[in-house]
Amino acid sequence: MTVTESTLDSIKDSLELEKVESHLHPEGSFLVEDHVVPTGREEIWRFTPLGRLKGLHQDVAFADGACKVEVEAADGVTVTTVAPDDAVRGSSGLVPTDRVSARAWASVSGATVVRIPTDTVVEGATIVRHHGTGTETPGAGHAVIVAEKFSKSTVVLAFDGSAVVADNIEIVVEDGAELTVVSLQDWADDAVHLSTQHANVGRDATLKHVSVSFGGDVVRHDLSAEYSGPGGSVEALGLYFADAGQHIEHRLFVDHTAPKTKSHVVYKGALQGDGAHTVWIGNVLIRKVAEGIETYEENRNLVLTDGCQADSVPNLEIETGEIEGAGHASATGRFDDEQLFYLRSRGIPDAEARRLVVHGFFYDLIRKIDVPELEAKLTETVEVELSKNISALTGNTQNGAPTA
Amino acid sequence: MSTLEIKDLKVSVETEDGPKEILKGVTLTIGDNETHAIMGPNGSGKSTLAYSIAGHPKYTITGGSVTLDGEDLLGMTVDERARAGLFLAMQYPVEVPGVSVANFLRTAKTAIDGEAPKLRHWVKDVNSALEKMDLDPSFSQRSVNEGFSGGEKKRHEMAQLALLDPKVAILDETDSGLDIDALKIVSEGINSFRGGEDKGVLLITHYTRILRYVKPDHVHVFVDGRVAESGGPELAEELEANGYDRFTKAAV
Repeated sequence: MTVTESTLDSIKDSLELEKVESHLHPEGSFLVEDHVVPTGREEIWRFTPLGRLKGLHQDVAFADGACKVEVEAADGVTVTTVAPDDAVRGSSGLVPTDRVSARAWASVSGATVVRIPTDTVVEGATIVRHHGTGTETPGAGHAVIVAEKFSKSTVVLAFDGSAVVADNIEIVVEDGAELTVVSLQDWADDAVHLSTQHANVGRDATLKHVSVSFGGDVVRHDLSAEYSGPGGSVEALGLYFADAGQHIEHRLFVDHTAPKTKSHVVYKGALQGDGAHTVWIGNVLIRKVAEGIETYEENRNLVLTDGCQADSVPNLEIETGEIEGAGHASATGRFDDEQLFYLRSRGIPDAEARRLVVHGFFYDLIRKIDVPELEAKLTETVEVELSKNISALTGNTQNGAPTA
Repeated sequence: MSTLEIKDLKVSVETEDGPKEILKGVTLTIGDNETHAIMGPNGSGKSTLAYSIAGHPKYTITGGSVTLDGEDLLGMTVDERARAGLFLAMQYPVEVPGVSVANFLRTAKTAIDGEAPKLRHWVKDVNSALEKMDLDPSFSQRSVNEGFSGGEKKRHEMAQLALLDPKVAILDETDSGLDIDALKIVSEGINSFRGGEDKGVLLITHYTRILRYVKPDHVHVFVDGRVAESGGPELAEELEANGYDRFTKAAV
């Protein structure tokens, strides 16, 4: 073998991704019939209450008008609607890996495209609001956010009202671009929202993805990210608050497909009330080609009352040891007795001390989100959530042992 | 007037082998403008005394009484004790992530006084209390005790002491882990507090070092869950010279 040949081989090696056999990244398909109706025993469905999905995972028909959409585009950002056959669809590399995503893909009558032109630094956030109009007819959605080269911007997808929705969100962050995407689920109590979000992060590009879920009956978000060049960075932040009977599920998959890439995932949730259920799955795959990468995943759950369930599963699959760092952490717990004792020993009553601790738990994360348009709203929503169940938070005994 | 009266206090903790008695009958009275030092070897129950008076849920009171100006402290919740005028400076102050020092102090002051402090004076008061403890005003924007050095945590405790202005302060090994400069600053904090009207101090320490800066009126040697001997400042000098041997041997 000549030197040139071996160099060519190594270049080839580093460009072509080897196929990895792993349940972390199933082969996708655009054909609905390739995805059988799940039974609930599948790894990717085992936590989800299929009976509450209003048939989204089966064959229920979609129709337009499930959500009224309002767009507030920041200066320099274009927001358009394109036909389903537009080439922009699929430009992130999204291929549906489950039936709901495939059905939504096949059913949409159009797609919303948010485009941030090359070199444009955008002031303020572009907000796409989805107001649910009712749960009678399920809706399918598709959005593509394209942050062109060296642009810098923030895009917020906000959901409220009542609706049954399945959607695919594609995020393309081109080389050197910096993009913040916030997916804000403030649904009414009867909403069902299954969202598949896929990001493609370019060379030296930075994506901050934030998922905030408060309301809804069942909210399940699957976020995946891959890298189209070295040096890309993904920060994924999540904040959720599950009330009685609510199911909130986040499944993340970061596929380190390029060298020197970074991923940092922090999801924090609180649960209160009977039957509140949260699920967090944090999957990371470090491919052979992905040398020198850095990844860290963290999930923390604060269980405020009895009767809640928090499932938290971090998975890390490593094909190369030539990395900067890889780790994960998961912790689910009740109030820290020592924190409460410290605050109360300063005269702060029990309920107030608990509220401070929960605020602090989330505020750490809200600070990192760093979208001024949202900060006040998020803090306020946390306060509203806490006040819903304040009686459960005030329980205390004579000697100060917490009962929650 | 402020009198902390501890009578025949007995305290136990749950262990794997059942309840274990830690305090075996402690009697102490801290009167107006008195500073009492409690000294003792590791494991003698000094910290248990501090935490059980403050109401830590880990400790079970099995006998005796503790009153502050005649009011039964043991019948109160942790926060009620603080509002009655008790303050515990902890050996290991707890981190509360995401809660700023400013928010924490204001919430505590509001709870203790029963009304929110006047904003204009309050900011000045906080800054001055921090400054006296050689802490930068930017300190108030940091999360409570998070990432603080050992010395910063103790000085933060003393800033709280100044701002919350209790009747009686229990200082649990506030001097431990401090370098000499920090020790002087913390001692000034204690002296400034007890210079106020009708203040009592219960100073728990392992070392005699801090007693050079904070002169106690009474010194108690604490061994095996009870007061083994009480005396004046001269008792501390004896301990400085001879250590705890005489007392620990007597207890065995």
